[in-house]
Amino acid sequence: MAYEPILTQHVGEPRSYTLDFYLKNQRGYEGLRKALTLQPGDVIDQVKASGLRGRGGAGFPTGLKWQFVLKDTPKPKYICCNADESEPGTFKDHLLMERNPHLLIEGCAIAAYAIGAKVAYIYIRGEFYHVQEVLEAEIEKAYAAGYLGKNILGSGFDCDVYLHRGAGAYEAGEETALIESLEGKRAQPRIKPPFPAVAGLYQCPTAVNNVETLCNVPLIVLNGPEWFSGIGPEKNGGPKLFCISGHVKKPGVYEASMQTTLRELIYDHAGGMLDDRPLKAIIPGGSSVPLLLPDQLDTPASFDAVQKAGSLLGSAGLIVLNDSVCMVWLAMNLLHFYRHESCGKCTPCREGCDWLFKLLARLEAGEGQSKDLDLLFGVSSNIVGKTLCAFGDAAATPVLSTMKLFRPEYEAHVREGRCTLPADWRATHPLFAGVH
Amino acid sequence: MSFHPLMEYAPAKFHKSERQLAEPGDDFTYTPEHQAKFDAVVKRYPVDQRKSAILYALYLAQRQQGYLTAAAMRHVAQQIGCTASEVEDVVSYYTMFVTRPVGTYVLNVCRTLPCALRGAERVTEELSAALGIKPGETDPTGTFTLIEVECLGACDRAPVVMVNDDWHECLAPEEVRRFVDDIRARGRTAFTGCHLHKETDRGGA
Repeated sequence: MAYEPILTQHVGEPRSYTLDFYLKNQRGYEGLRKALTLQPGDVIDQVKASGLRGRGGAGFPTGLKWQFVLKDTPKPKYICCNADESEPGTFKDHLLMERNPHLLIEGCAIAAYAIGAKVAYIYIRGEFYHVQEVLEAEIEKAYAAGYLGKNILGSGFDCDVYLHRGAGAYEAGEETALIESLEGKRAQPRIKPPFPAVAGLYQCPTAVNNVETLCNVPLIVLNGPEWFSGIGPEKNGGPKLFCISGHVKKPGVYEASMQTTLRELIYDHAGGMLDDRPLKAIIPGGSSVPLLLPDQLDTPASFDAVQKAGSLLGSAGLIVLNDSVCMVWLAMNLLHFYRHESCGKCTPCREGCDWLFKLLARLEAGEGQSKDLDLLFGVSSNIVGKTLCAFGDAAATPVLSTMKLFRPEYEAHVREGRCTLPADWRATHPLFAGVH
Repeated sequence: MSFHPLMEYAPAKFHKSERQLAEPGDDFTYTPEHQAKFDAVVKRYPVDQRKSAILYALYLAQRQQGYLTAAAMRHVAQQIGCTASEVEDVVSYYTMFVTRPVGTYVLNVCRTLPCALRGAERVTEELSAALGIKPGETDPTGTFTLIEVECLGACDRAPVVMVNDDWHECLAPEEVRRFVDDIRARGRTAFTGCHLHKETDRGGA
């Protein structure tokens, strides 16, 4: 049976972002109305029963996260919505916020009710200025219509939703770094424990959830946990957005169940390979996860199946690579990213990313030696597991994964003293080819 | 004189950092309009957490002056109730704050993998040739600044360029020269904007 999009059913229609459209076509704010008739604990139980897993990257069960939020405390509690979407290859939250903002606003309000918070902050990345304009205006409409503010729908529950604009920091997508940034500091991660559920924003109990995660919450409350878990495979239930970019005919955001295989996503949804060139590899979950090879295409795109295949679903950002991609160049390009974005707090990551990039640039420029390969492996292995947040592991992954799967390409770079796979879409001058 | 028998003192350099102190700048205060905006936004945070509004305060200052000077940072510190060095700490961390004058149009070309796969390196190359400047530089007329940035989060519409707060998507390397002429001729209406945004009836960004 063909899958009917749920989260993105109306995104292509004109004015789909407006409150009127949402109320008319998406049973808007009925989920919130229903949630307010339940006890907060029951809302958490429903989300737990649905098996909703965080859509930001880690796939942690959302219900559990909410349950861990301290209950008996005189301090205020907070919901932080992580809309910092910065993982290369990921652009799903952008679509949701821009074309279906009220679903997120409703999700924030229900989440706040469930954990006993009165304020939700949506931390949006600074580059999404146009999204911010849409979202800000729609939040105001939700206030005017009585879905936010004091005594929502006559229930006595108060909730404020505020937008907070970041200023360009990938690291702010890490939950404790996001909290630091919200507090007006550098976006650098904290030592855990204590986890945000105990001491988060302003040292108060906090739940940090991804945009897509919160967008699923009104649907669960409205349609029941069984409906949700019935979509897709066991423990990987619910609608899922996949972002497909790179060498495909129709890049974009596609909604499917997690039963769908990677092959279906690339060849059916995204229209197949660009110019019908052969597929070399895919990065299934944003730039931070290991690569998969063409013979693994029949893996279902679920958290568990992709992990079993040796990678991670992460933020479901599929980057598709054809046979023109040099893997040393790919690692260099990504390490340029990680070197730039490393927050600088932990030494292995701050210094390691810099060295990895320098080594890769040397190899790519044809000046590498065979001992550089061991050095690359040594440096990246020494970042993994030695940093406060997952950034270090993420930064080492492109190197470790490409070296594992495509070591002959590295050796060829050394042997021939040049990049063995230059592509016409790359710049030739070193100043623009990233080798500087 | 160096205390080391063999090594001379090198000129002081910060590792991996191109740290430069911000220009002192002229006296700075918010316009009444910006002051009102700041006062409204700071209320979103608990009364003892004014520092949360620091990013917003800096955006306002940057919008007012084009870039951040030491005087602007002191004014922000005063508004927030923190020290000027705390403000500088934040400014030096986030990539969207600039402490040097920039051109009217700041072309931020995404260079990360998904855009690079679709020709972003060549877009930068062509832009550089068309404008006669290297990445990081501003042209002599002060019209354009070219910057390479990391993932902008629109990988499906690669290559993407962010121009100030506006977006331009799907910029093929072959179209770069026409794009530059277009900006010169009709300003920000030359940008495609975000394709999602365009469908809304709010008009261009």
